[in-house]
Amino acid sequence: MSVNKPLPHDAAKLHVSGSARYIDDLPVPDDCLHLCFGTSTIARGSIQEMDLTTVRNSDGVIDILQASDLVHANDVSPSIHDEPLLSDGTIHYLGQPIFLVIAKSHIQARKAASRVKISYQQDSPILSIEDALAANSRFEEGPRIWNRGDLKRGFEQATKIAEGSIEIGGQEHFYLEGQAALALPQEDDEMVVHSSTQHPTEVQHKVAEALGVQFHNVRVEVRRMGGGFGGKESQGNALAMACAIAAHRTNKPCKMRYDRDDDMLITGKRHDFRITYRAGVDQHNKIIALDVVHYARCGWAQDLSLPVADRAMLHADNAYFLPNVRIESHRLKTNTQSATAFRGFGGPQGVLGMERIMDHLAHDLNTDSIAFRDVNYYRPAVAAEHDTTHYHMPVQDFNLQDMTTKLLADCDFENRKQAIERWNADNHIMKRGIAFSPVKFGISFTLSHLNQAGALVHVYSDGSIRINHGGTEMGQGLFQKTAQVAAEEFGVSINAIKITATDTAKVPNTSATAASSGSDLNGMAIKIACENVKTRMAELLAAQYNKSPDDVAFIKNEVHIGRRVLSFGDAAKACYEQRVSLSATGFYKTPDLEWDRIRGVGKPFYYFAYGAAVSEVVIDTLTGEYRILRADILHDAGNSLNPAIDIGQVEGGYVQGAGWLTTEELVWDDHGRLRTHTPSTYKIPAMSDRPREFNVNLWDRGNLKPTIYCSKAVGEPPFMLGISAWLAISDAISNCGPAYPNLDAPATPERVLKAVERVQNGL
Amino acid sequence: MKLSFLLNGEPQVIEDVEPTTSVLDWLRVNKRLTGTKEGCNEGDCGACTVIVIDENGARAVNACIVFLPQIANKALRTIEGISTLDAPHPAQQCMIDHHGSQCGFCTPGFITSMVAAQINNDTNHDVTLAGNLCRCTGYAPIFRAAQACEGTKSPKWFYDDQSDLRTLAQSVDAKLPTTTDELANILAEEPETTLIAGATDVGLWINKDLRDIAPMAFIHNITEMEHITEHSDHWKFGANVTIEQMRVWSVDAQASLTPLLTRYASTQVRNSATLGGNIANGSPIGDSPPALIAMGAKLVLLKKDTTRTIDLQDFFIAYGHQDLQSGEFVQSILIPKNQNNLRCYKISKRFDQDISAVCGAFNLHIKDGMVQGARIAFGGMAGIPKRAKHVEACLTGQKWDMNTIKASHDQWSQDFKPLTDMRASADYRLSVARNLLTRYFYDLSDNPTEIQEVSA
Ligand SMILES: Cc1cc2nc3c(=O)[nH]c(=O)nc-3n(C[C@H](O)[C@H](O)[C@H](O)COP(=O)(O)OP(=O)(O)OC[C@H]3O[C@@H](n4cnc5c(N)ncnc54)[C@H](O)[C@@H]3O)c2cc1C
Ligand code: FES
Ligand code: FES
Repeated sequence: MSVNKPLPHDAAKLHVSGSARYIDDLPVPDDCLHLCFGTSTIARGSIQEMDLTTVRNSDGVIDILQASDLVHANDVSPSIHDEPLLSDGTIHYLGQPIFLVIAKSHIQARKAASRVKISYQQDSPILSIEDALAANSRFEEGPRIWNRGDLKRGFEQATKIAEGSIEIGGQEHFYLEGQAALALPQEDDEMVVHSSTQHPTEVQHKVAEALGVQFHNVRVEVRRMGGGFGGKESQGNALAMACAIAAHRTNKPCKMRYDRDDDMLITGKRHDFRITYRAGVDQHNKIIALDVVHYARCGWAQDLSLPVADRAMLHADNAYFLPNVRIESHRLKTNTQSATAFRGFGGPQGVLGMERIMDHLAHDLNTDSIAFRDVNYYRPAVAAEHDTTHYHMPVQDFNLQDMTTKLLADCDFENRKQAIERWNADNHIMKRGIAFSPVKFGISFTLSHLNQAGALVHVYSDGSIRINHGGTEMGQGLFQKTAQVAAEEFGVSINAIKITATDTAKVPNTSATAASSGSDLNGMAIKIACENVKTRMAELLAAQYNKSPDDVAFIKNEVHIGRRVLSFGDAAKACYEQRVSLSATGFYKTPDLEWDRIRGVGKPFYYFAYGAAVSEVVIDTLTGEYRILRADILHDAGNSLNPAIDIGQVEGGYVQGAGWLTTEELVWDDHGRLRTHTPSTYKIPAMSDRPREFNVNLWDRGNLKPTIYCSKAVGEPPFMLGISAWLAISDAISNCGPAYPNLDAPATPERVLKAVERVQNGL
Repeated sequence: MKLSFLLNGEPQVIEDVEPTTSVLDWLRVNKRLTGTKEGCNEGDCGACTVIVIDENGARAVNACIVFLPQIANKALRTIEGISTLDAPHPAQQCMIDHHGSQCGFCTPGFITSMVAAQINNDTNHDVTLAGNLCRCTGYAPIFRAAQACEGTKSPKWFYDDQSDLRTLAQSVDAKLPTTTDELANILAEEPETTLIAGATDVGLWINKDLRDIAPMAFIHNITEMEHITEHSDHWKFGANVTIEQMRVWSVDAQASLTPLLTRYASTQVRNSATLGGNIANGSPIGDSPPALIAMGAKLVLLKKDTTRTIDLQDFFIAYGHQDLQSGEFVQSILIPKNQNNLRCYKISKRFDQDISAVCGAFNLHIKDGMVQGARIAFGGMAGIPKRAKHVEACLTGQKWDMNTIKASHDQWSQDFKPLTDMRASADYRLSVARNLLTRYFYDLSDNPTEIQEVSA
């Protein structure tokens, strides 16, 4: 049995020895050229004059490209062709690529690019939500609005109403490996591109467009990324296209990697949001009216902002039944980096908004916040009837009642809460807080046609197996999980399986590895491909030994045909000699999806993944500093394909989510310059920021839907468990006085201190 | 420049290379040893961590901000040089067993940090690994891996390198002075020479600002400046003493400095950064000046044929302007002993490896419940590290209690007009500075104020 085993990451040995290769590690010929963008230093306006003389005369410079040199498409956009690779003269944000330097070395390219002289006609940039609303600067014609029930009546019946607003900061991906690409020109107009991308097919398309060739001329290969988190879904397009164009022009290999500061200045980040709300509860503490407005700062180009903002709306309920609800979503266009995909894809902002509302209501109702959540949960899977979400999808797998009960018992919640109260009574400078938060996360791409995957499986005549699929490996363990699926199917040990780099020439027309869908889609495609080969093998072997294919079993590196036993290798050899094809493709598409994003009605998700967390923190009321003391998590990964990998996703997701809401602060100045474009100013969690005590368990019930071995997607959902840390900080602050802390995110020490002062002063 | 050193046990002699080539670039581009990764090129992520060995032992440093001349006469170990495929180092096996790698990009840096810590027998993993960022794992499995391989013996190659170094041909170069006299001469001839000590500042000028810093001199080989010596009423620190050396010293000699110094950057940066550099750069947000000023430290400045000693607080004149004459350099720092009431508080967004938004050092002389004297100095509150003279005056001669502290409320804005930047607002800086005096009061009276010491 391979599935369900806590096997290490497939490349763990390579990682620890430094021999795992990332793009910049690939051996390249000595004549490889290196690229760097020259970028704008203003946020909005147009170029009046550009003097490239010193750039051209700089050491090692081979060539410089401007928009006018691009013969074919000047467009890196994954959506509506609004994002030129090189500026056409108009500047939309500070950091926008304007020209491309081709030089003999990386450092020479960087030095040259920095020597440009540009004079601009400056316009005043649209930076804030207020600026954008005032200028009606937005994507789509107006806000998207979804309604369900009768909001007016809901508010009339409400016995308590809370109103408020929360600012939610964005987030830099800070994948440890920066964006990188390498293009190798081939004969006959072909181009091979190695790209650190979650979406090789899109890179293939964009490169083909940039070169003016058909898709089949471009082969994109991705062995692994040094982290992606959504930041390499569309943001790698620019580098891959630049490399391909330069490689085509010079007929030399071309490589580009962003220096970290460039990476942070040029690429998009998580959308920051403002969420305003008005919520009403009835006398049973049930929410009967909710009016929510989302304002998302999308940056200058559309990129993936519409589906991101949609997903925020789709998760505006988190885990709670909302009979009467209205959600309005503004997708604002600003002169800042084009915000993009980031783990959770808008979901976290929607969930945080709702958890804030729950926290605020529980505070104002002076009621136990967990009991309050429980009352408002969707009805459980076992109930006779099911509630529907605000987008009219029945919730038929809800399990948070049981998960909550188990988690609270496991982490001794009640006793700890009381102990914390006693401790707080004795401590005036420091305060502790504890909080619970659940997550329900919808699994599937909301653009339904993306929910498909292909795979390719080869069995060689010695019984060794090579598999390939459209999913990319960015650390999440997808390759190992799909290898485990193949090993399971063929009944062979895991080292019989070789996993190979994602390659558009092997499996075509793939979707991005995103939306947590990687193992659901590709695992299933691999399984189907394996079944196709197995069926042929079984038919042949059964015929040889006069048995029915049903009598053939693949177990423990052997093939059993009735009572006859062959090693898997011998079986493969026998099939080969009988001219049976030992190679097959597999194709999977998620069933039962339908979705109307304009009306906000349908079944956009195949199922939901659930999780629950309790965090405990301590804050210093003199400085606003804090520590996460302990976190306990129960997460639903269904019937886990690999519990070690899944727990890794949960731990990593929690810390990344907590980072988003605590120390990770993006600061732009009045000119639209991102001031936090280095790791010395933008602070992701470090070793000592992890919870000192960290208990993660998986909820071991299988998915009710027939997903791959009844597992559940696990990439994104645990990210939102970090919300419990933020709520715990808010809880600690609320010990300083009766007022509601109204904490914004990220809760930097500065924001915490301000909130402490507000609460102390009863504001 | 002709440099010799050991790379993974093999002697290297290199010539014709730019002295500002980083060890990282040289490894990756020239040697095609790509196990050492570039995650930031500014000392902040640890992906490029390598081990430098000399007669003093082994230390982890960030290869992106170490320049080739800085490893002259030393032994360098990279991830490729710590084990063989058949015999992994225990840190490597533990990382596999505990699922310590996901994307794997940070992994070689973590392993080299772990190996260096192990050679030094240091099991405070939160400290030794604070300079290695991981975006995937949330650190928990890496911490478990580090715990699991505690107590491993130092690898044989460590001893081999140390003994091989003794027979290595020494690198000699005019720009690698070995005595203060040589340095004084260099500066007398070319006063505009950029001195490079640990390069944790200068490295960023080169890597990020793409600055040309010639002419330059690497001063880390001046051994007479790398010692801490005890005198009757003070300690003398050579300018080349690293912050890590100082941190280790502080544990027994001036324990109230240890928490501050432990939060100064990361192990890798502390292993390179020098006290002289931290002062000479004149930064208003350097972490050592406030504490040193609060202790009444003095600075010894040397120039060809002259030496002068000044109060450290007078060295900082205005932002970007220090009392350093043409041809002069920092030779040593004199720190008065036994500063029992010294407390230092660093406030930053992230606990570890962050630059201070505010860094305050308090040193009050209290007798019979009365404030007899006060030295309070802050970083991050002005264009230079600066004393809170009005506050000090307001406290001096008063009863040491909360009323006195409250009475000093308005003095803070007399002393400081801080800036708003990406680290903190002016308001926050001022409120925190004020509140830190309250923390100091509780701290001295042994009331718990330290969130680090709270556990669930
Ligand atoms: C990732 C990172 C984190 C950091 N974190 C912190 C932190 O937490 N706290 C903090 O205070 N600093 C921090 N720094 C800044 C830096 O470490 C310090 O300023 C350091 O002490 C500088 O010392 P150095 O030896 O590396 O100086 P160098 O970079 O070699 O030199 C710095 C300056 O001092 C001059 N100089 C050096 N020695 C002398 C001398 N003897 N006489 C005259 N001039 C001299 C140099 O010419 C140069 O102008 C950090 C830096 C990095 C890269
Ligand atoms: S590359 Fe990040 S510390 Fe050197
Ligand atoms: S494993 Fe990806 S950054 Fe650490």
